[in-house]
Amino acid sequence: MEFAELIKTPRADNVVLHRPFYLAVEGTLCLTGHHLIFSSRRQDNAEELWLLHSNIDSIEKRFVGSLGTIIIKCKDLRIIQLDIPGMEECLNIASSIEALSTLDSVTLMYPFFYRPMFEIVEDGWRCFLPDEEFELLSSATDEWRLSCINKEFSVCPSYPPVVIVPKSIDDEALRKVAMFRHGSRFPVLSYYHKKNGMVMMRSSQPLTGTNGRRCKEDEKLINATLRPGKRGYIIDTRSLNVAQQARAKGGGFEQEAHYPQWRRIHKCIERFNILQESLIKLVEACNDQSHNMDRWLSKLEASNWLTHVKEILTAACLAAQCIDREGASVLVHGTEGTDSTLQVTSLAQIILDPRCRTIRGFESLVVREWLQAGHPFQQRCAQSAYSNSKQKWEAPVFLLFLDCVWQILRQFPCSFEFNEQFLIMLFEHAYASQFGTFLGNNENERSKLKLQQKTMSLWSWVNRSEELSKFQNPLFEANSLVIWPSVAPQSLQLWEGVFLRWNRPSKFLDEAHEEMISIIKYNKELQAKVNALRRQLAQLETVDRMQENLRHTQLGIVSPLGSSSVSKLHTVSAEAGTLTSTQLYG
Amino acid sequence: MEHIRTTKVEQVKLLDRFSTSNKSLMGTLYLTATHLLFIDSSQRETWILHHHIAAVEKLPLTTSGCPLVIQCKNFRIVHFVVPRERDCHDIYNSLLQLSRTAKYEELYAFSYNPKQNESEQVKGWQLIDLAEEYKRMGVPNANWQLSDANRDYKICETYPRELYVPRTASKPIIVGSSKFRSKGRFPVLSYYHKNKEAAICRCSQPLSGFSARCLEDEHMLQAISKANPSNRYMYVMDTRPKLNAMANRAAGKGYENEDNYSNIRFQFVGIENIHVMRSSLQKLLEVSGTKGLSVNDFLSGLENSGWLRHIKAVLDAAVFLVKAIAVESASVLVHCSDGWDRTSQVCSLGALLLDSYYRTIKGFMVLIEKDWISFGHKFSDRCCQLDGDPKEISPVFTQFLESVWNLTEQFPQAFEYNEAFLLQIHEHVHSCQFGNFLGNCQKEREELKLKEKTYSLWPFLLDEQKKYQNPLYNADFSPELTLLEPNTVSFNFKFWRNMYHQFDRSMHPRQCVFNLIMNMSEQNKQLEEDIKELEAKVKQRNGQSSAVPVKEHQQSAHPAPMALKTPPSFKKEQPLIPVNDAVRTIEGSNTADNRYSEFVAEFSKAEPAVVSLEYGVARMTC
Repeated sequence: MEFAELIKTPRADNVVLHRPFYLAVEGTLCLTGHHLIFSSRRQDNAEELWLLHSNIDSIEKRFVGSLGTIIIKCKDLRIIQLDIPGMEECLNIASSIEALSTLDSVTLMYPFFYRPMFEIVEDGWRCFLPDEEFELLSSATDEWRLSCINKEFSVCPSYPPVVIVPKSIDDEALRKVAMFRHGSRFPVLSYYHKKNGMVMMRSSQPLTGTNGRRCKEDEKLINATLRPGKRGYIIDTRSLNVAQQARAKGGGFEQEAHYPQWRRIHKCIERFNILQESLIKLVEACNDQSHNMDRWLSKLEASNWLTHVKEILTAACLAAQCIDREGASVLVHGTEGTDSTLQVTSLAQIILDPRCRTIRGFESLVVREWLQAGHPFQQRCAQSAYSNSKQKWEAPVFLLFLDCVWQILRQFPCSFEFNEQFLIMLFEHAYASQFGTFLGNNENERSKLKLQQKTMSLWSWVNRSEELSKFQNPLFEANSLVIWPSVAPQSLQLWEGVFLRWNRPSKFLDEAHEEMISIIKYNKELQAKVNALRRQLAQLETVDRMQENLRHTQLGIVSPLGSSSVSKLHTVSAEAGTLTSTQLYG
Repeated sequence: MEHIRTTKVEQVKLLDRFSTSNKSLMGTLYLTATHLLFIDSSQRETWILHHHIAAVEKLPLTTSGCPLVIQCKNFRIVHFVVPRERDCHDIYNSLLQLSRTAKYEELYAFSYNPKQNESEQVKGWQLIDLAEEYKRMGVPNANWQLSDANRDYKICETYPRELYVPRTASKPIIVGSSKFRSKGRFPVLSYYHKNKEAAICRCSQPLSGFSARCLEDEHMLQAISKANPSNRYMYVMDTRPKLNAMANRAAGKGYENEDNYSNIRFQFVGIENIHVMRSSLQKLLEVSGTKGLSVNDFLSGLENSGWLRHIKAVLDAAVFLVKAIAVESASVLVHCSDGWDRTSQVCSLGALLLDSYYRTIKGFMVLIEKDWISFGHKFSDRCCQLDGDPKEISPVFTQFLESVWNLTEQFPQAFEYNEAFLLQIHEHVHSCQFGNFLGNCQKEREELKLKEKTYSLWPFLLDEQKKYQNPLYNADFSPELTLLEPNTVSFNFKFWRNMYHQFDRSMHPRQCVFNLIMNMSEQNKQLEEDIKELEAKVKQRNGQSSAVPVKEHQQSAHPAPMALKTPPSFKKEQPLIPVNDAVRTIEGSNTADNRYSEFVAEFSKAEPAVVSLEYGVARMTC
């Protein structure tokens, strides 16, 4: 298919662009296969807007006389309005945008056409491989092994080719366990807590059905993670009611009788259209500036968004608490184990593991616990808050995860190497991107699409110093502790950076943020200068003292310290210098 | 002291307010003449001033003892369990007596001695000089003058002695107008905008009933509008809801009839009365104090309390006032019923939006002295300083502070002061530790001889102003008379957690960016000094080692001790380390603080006590 067939009017002049809090701009609109490009003709302040078609969530058209208006609502929640003179042009453009923003085939998406203009320092497709992860693990324990059982995606289509499983369980047993778990997602290692050797595993629901089927290998597998005499916790992300109902459809939950060493806790995390509707309602409430206070609060409440945030965070904290405080191992699952399960396991790691709070560590977490773990990004992020399609599989599961991370980041603003912008960037790229990272629903699909060969990885772009500097948190000081966020409603806040981003002028807040950064930068400069001066002074003092000692010796006075003390003094001051700097820069 | 029967009770438990698993601290409770003190087993102290106690409640006896719940005016709530009922009863009765003071002279301010000498005390009271402030605004001038009509509080008891009125308003006009206004509170100047030559004036409601009029009052308003050469129209803002104002007519009060006054534009702005505000806050506190609160209950509780709606109404009114002055250069007369609650809120917030001086630490003190203290906001009644009519209590001043806080959130660089400053002022409005807020009006304060017998709060706040400085403040952000134009869209108003949960540390962010930046900018000043000093030393050394080496030899005759001690250039490091330390300690937190812990019964294992209520910084113990 040629994109040109879909573009009847590739260009329109005298188009007026309206955005909230900006003056209207007149310019030229161009359509290409993947972009909508608007450029203003004003010479003093030429402005260009590039919008990926895949970022467009919905469009509306209106006509007043021959002046057409297109309202474009984006997946990143922005809304823009274009006034296009000429009814035909407007209709053509609208229908082109509609067609181009809803292409069926993944291979027609922009990542397959995008050619990077930057130099690739490190290929993101080769970062965060499971082998590296396993190497880290094996330095701490030898109770686990890498299994290649899923090499051709033959056992579990939504798992990666390589998974980490207990050493004592062979591939044959794994095959049997896979038969007993929904979508063949048998329990695998998600996280190893070095502090006490406890682990977190994840899987899908067991297929117990109504007559209480059991699987010895499954029991053996998860029991293999328990220390003698210890108990573990199974966190089921569904309410007991939902879990019981699942039995009628062949699913179910681990029965106490068959898993006597495990204690099951049910948490209720919503999925699918309930979340999508929550997002739609929230964005609707945020976009209406005319609401009075009561209406705003009741709309915010009715959206239930913060309730979902609280539920997810609570479940993650519970999992972390079982591991860190109770010294127990944990198995997390819901139904498929691709949504709420991943929210819980990934957030628990952010709470427990300082590594996940660094930029690279967080990227690795997203790769491990979301991409490789088979969260169906393509289905979930097909549409965002302005969608009308109401497909069951669309849901802001990943956005909710990012929101939860933001809530923790707000409560521990110095413990994360990345800033809010980093999270917003991931949200944007999950929904529309020039990179192939979030395409497809699992590793199996990604390998079939040959993304590694045909598209660029988001990480190749992000992990360059030019980009990284935008995402670094200037307040970061490595914090090796477990961080327990507060989940009280008074402590949770609306994520303004995403939901109010396009709805209010942010000039004053941005300026204040810049001022904050400049104070931090200035502080670092001053510290460096003080340290340099101190070193210089210490050296001068040493030189003086050496001269003096020399003079004393010449005069026949024996110095109590002698020449060795001089070099000692030198080391002392050098040490003090480094000490200061480590103290101050963390 | 005669109220204190038991001064010390041991084995008292302090329960965690939000924990449902009855987590508690064991300690000893002491009762002093001014404070209730709890010292827990790890020697952490919780001090509660008797005047801060809003309510004491004794709950039914339980197996572990007799529960005693104390609610404070600064929104601290403590829940003790006293082992013996008799002790509990004694403490309960003592606190009941001690927290209800009958006479001003028994308030803490009269016994509080901060070790200042007399001249310091006098100087402290002179720190804020309102005559100076009116001069700063540009009055007296050709159109406005100081009136001596109220010099002896003869016309209006609740106004200050010094009042500024239009030059054309003669004494008979003033007297006539005051007779036509509730409590004699006739229109006077509150703020003068020298660039626009427009004024904010304030008064109480007219005694118009259904048809009464008063020529002097009409002249008074005319004089105000004539005092403004740039716009002959003036606005009259009735800050009450229209319905309330109309109801007042039946009692012979009411509002201005536009037909009787020339050149006025009359406007209602609909801020509710003190009773609505009191019950709104009550509802808010009930919701925020609920154990195991869900998000939806919180949001619907917030909505039902109406609290944020009221805050928005107050700010909206101030924005309306500011537009009249800044856009139309029109003078505005503001009133409510008595002109000391809503009128104070709107006038002071209006001035704060118009004039950047009030966004400085000193300026904010001046603003409070002017529009709240001198114009007779009834602090004593509203904050229940003496045992009195509970229907007079109302969080009007708290709302003012909250409105200012909302503005600081929207304009992070426009204010010299920070949230801690607002919280500290709120603390002392209720503490009765300083004389400023005692009594209901200036006349009463003079009779109490507060300036001789008590101390002023402001010099103490200025002394520790480092704590109250906003590190992001940019004086260039708002040069003199720069207007702030806040956005009052509903989503900009947030629940003020640091006010209503100030003492519930588990709800706060565990690391505070604001404090960090504050410490850092403080540290930057120190570092700049250090650099200067070090540069001078290096220069000196360089000069010495090349030019006069002999002199150097004489100066440091004992190199050995120098090497053993810290080198002199490191001495300056000392102040830096605590700063960084303070930053670093607030790192971890504890599961026990949070309510996700209670799903598993076994989890209620004893944990090392971690949260002190007073300075409660949650620390990781592992």
